[in-house]
Amino acid sequence: MSPSPASWRGREYERPLPRAQPIRYNGAVLMTSFALRRLATFIATLIATSLVVFLVLEVLPGDPALLMLGIDAQPDAVAALRAKLGLDKPAVERYLVWMAGMVRGDLGISHTYGTSVAELIGERLVVTLPLALIAMTLTTIIALTLGVFAASKHNTIGDYGVMTATQLGIAIPNFWFAILLVLLFAVALGWLPAGGFPGWDQGPIALKSLVLPAFALALVQAAILARVTRSAVLEVLREDFVRTARAKGLTRTQTLWRHVLRNSLIPVVTIMGLQFSNLLAGTIIIENVFYLPGLGRLIFQSINQRDLIVVKDVVVLLAAKVVVINFIVDLLYAVIDPRLRTQR
Amino acid sequence: MRVFSTSLAVALLMTATAAFAAKDTIVIGMQDEPPVLDPTQNAAAAIDVIFSVNVYESLTRIGEDGTVKPSLATSWTIGEDGKVYTFKLPKGVVFDNGEKLTAETVKWSFDRAGAPNSTNPTKRHFGNIARIDTPDAETVIIRLKAPSSLFLSYMASGGAAIFDPKSADNNKSTPVGTGPYKFKQWVKGDRVVLEKSTTHRDPSKAQIRQATFKFVPDAAAQVPALLAGDIDAFPTIGATETLDRFKSDSRFQVVIGSTEGEVPLILNNNKKPFDDIRMRRAVNHVIDRKSIIDGATSGYGLPIGSHFPPHHPWYIDLTNRYPRDIAKAKELMKEAGYANGADVSLKPPPFAYARRSAEIVAAQLMEAGFRVKIEPVEWAQWLDVVYKQKNYDMTVVAHVSPWDQDNYTRGLDYYYGYQNAEMDALMKQALVESDETKRKDLYGRIQRKIADDAVHAFMFQLPRTGVYAAKLRGIWKNSPVSVTDLAGLRWVD
Repeated sequence: MSPSPASWRGREYERPLPRAQPIRYNGAVLMTSFALRRLATFIATLIATSLVVFLVLEVLPGDPALLMLGIDAQPDAVAALRAKLGLDKPAVERYLVWMAGMVRGDLGISHTYGTSVAELIGERLVVTLPLALIAMTLTTIIALTLGVFAASKHNTIGDYGVMTATQLGIAIPNFWFAILLVLLFAVALGWLPAGGFPGWDQGPIALKSLVLPAFALALVQAAILARVTRSAVLEVLREDFVRTARAKGLTRTQTLWRHVLRNSLIPVVTIMGLQFSNLLAGTIIIENVFYLPGLGRLIFQSINQRDLIVVKDVVVLLAAKVVVINFIVDLLYAVIDPRLRTQR
Repeated sequence: MRVFSTSLAVALLMTATAAFAAKDTIVIGMQDEPPVLDPTQNAAAAIDVIFSVNVYESLTRIGEDGTVKPSLATSWTIGEDGKVYTFKLPKGVVFDNGEKLTAETVKWSFDRAGAPNSTNPTKRHFGNIARIDTPDAETVIIRLKAPSSLFLSYMASGGAAIFDPKSADNNKSTPVGTGPYKFKQWVKGDRVVLEKSTTHRDPSKAQIRQATFKFVPDAAAQVPALLAGDIDAFPTIGATETLDRFKSDSRFQVVIGSTEGEVPLILNNNKKPFDDIRMRRAVNHVIDRKSIIDGATSGYGLPIGSHFPPHHPWYIDLTNRYPRDIAKAKELMKEAGYANGADVSLKPPPFAYARRSAEIVAAQLMEAGFRVKIEPVEWAQWLDVVYKQKNYDMTVVAHVSPWDQDNYTRGLDYYYGYQNAEMDALMKQALVESDETKRKDLYGRIQRKIADDAVHAFMFQLPRTGVYAAKLRGIWKNSPVSVTDLAGLRWVD
């Protein structure tokens, strides 16, 4: 990626870099076609996901009714429950009923809990969403600081230190790191709870329960992201405009934070998008270690209990989430690099 | 200023001491969360652990020693050759919602449990009821089709809890019962909170004012939760290898007891190679209980040689029925036509005792020439593949129901694949026999018969390994049933 001639024009440097602005596409037609394309991808992804998850759960062994009633149950009681749950209907009918409900915004009733799936997911999201956001914020702060620092101290002790630390961070499994955190901050020091979640009705004190899990989640991600940031910054540091910026009298730090960082953000944002999508896989494990009642726990429990409707709904929801995150990442590209706005 | 801060410190100290002395709440940790809160809808043991005895009451209950005790029924008589049970109910029993309990409520609950469209997990216990009469509000007369020595035990189960007709349908999320505790809150995925009932017929019964059951699924997380003081009691801790650490810590007491859970290496009697008794006996000659118990339960399980709990007075020690003898096992295999060994599958469900003992037993079986393929399955898969389709050679699972020897009369439809006329006759006699000495003799013969036929290779009785705060009293050592008797718990200074 060589810099465009525009950035060579001397005056360019005297103005502050353009701030984030709404995307201006070449006319309304382009905008509409872009939005429509996105919407079509979104719907196609959801339909494909729903089909795949439905088929996978069809072939997965396990009968929800038998699980609920246990091994001493009389066969006719199991049959009566299957009928009550609608599990005795043909697969095609069950799929269509599920989809029809989805279109109306009705996610159905959980087999095991007997309550609305939307309500179940809602109860869990208020734990997982803040957890994911805190973890992602921590990841970003730690990674950008370490990455930029390492790049600026390229091939010195500081750089090697960051590289070693991040290598360790990638190598350490997050559940093990989580247990170490608990032993230190909950058992030895007694500053934070070992796990559990008191509920938001207890006020901001509930946040304390999310601190250790968020750090455990952020560690591996921050380690990866810091390395990506370092490489990206090093790449940009070799560009000619950096020398120009220094030549016109900007200090190292000014150059680094004003010009270099923004130009290195494209790969960083790409990885962040992937990490945010992957965060849920992490919460399945971390929420178990910290016994947090979040979405990851719900998925784990629902799969074990063969609460198929919950599994199906959550998987489709996650697919939707990934598509939305990708869309936001695309928008961010345009914010970071104004040239991309007209290249559609 | 100094005076002020000193007095403040003293005041704080006094408040802290007062709060400490008056401790009347408890946080109990448990591994599994109940999916619903109604034991007539779901067989999950976690429902009984929290609600049975505490919130929901049945006519009878099982005491710590495993015997049947009065609960809602204060007394009963048995007449007409063990076919008619007359239960007496106390006066003034009210549900948490203010509704009164009468004999009619009992009849309604049992009619509901045994109805044709009932999905009660213990429905089979109600099939033997011929008629229920309620001559007055405090008397329930139950006529059975055939005498059953287990009827009173069956009436103690969570599935036989007495519900109020008006609130029964909502018990899955908001339990209403007659017990010494009432339901306060369920934060799904985190905890259930109970508080002392103000309407219970015996207000002095409970001392703990509020009990919180906290769900900690991960065995590794249970230990720090106790160490950090977040949890006061963990009656069944998963990581038994950590118990030594708690034993040496004065803040805790470790209580090791027995359960009703017999753990056999289950053999599929209706499928090659274990349809041949010689092959089953060969397995019995191979297993080394000591190393299995050490590896799977950190040495806390008790060895068993048949299907009967060792803490019960009628237990017979049959662990030497098949002494460990690899040469003998090989000889039996040769006789059965497996001179070159046999390929067998072993499908353990995801419980620590099952997975661990499966690995050890597989290594032992290899010594005799079995080629064991361990295929771990999750619980839903186990129920489907092993239990329902009977597509397995060997598995490991604890049998936690009391008096479940009748499993051996469930025939080829049951996953054991075992059928034997002599066993059927013995069990039938034992079920109708009302004389205790004769019943003891019959259960002795049943134990021997199960061992003689080498239906399974019996390994150990599942231990109950609990860690509790040192100042807690009233803890059950053994757990013949999965309940937590909160009313018996108290704190001491």
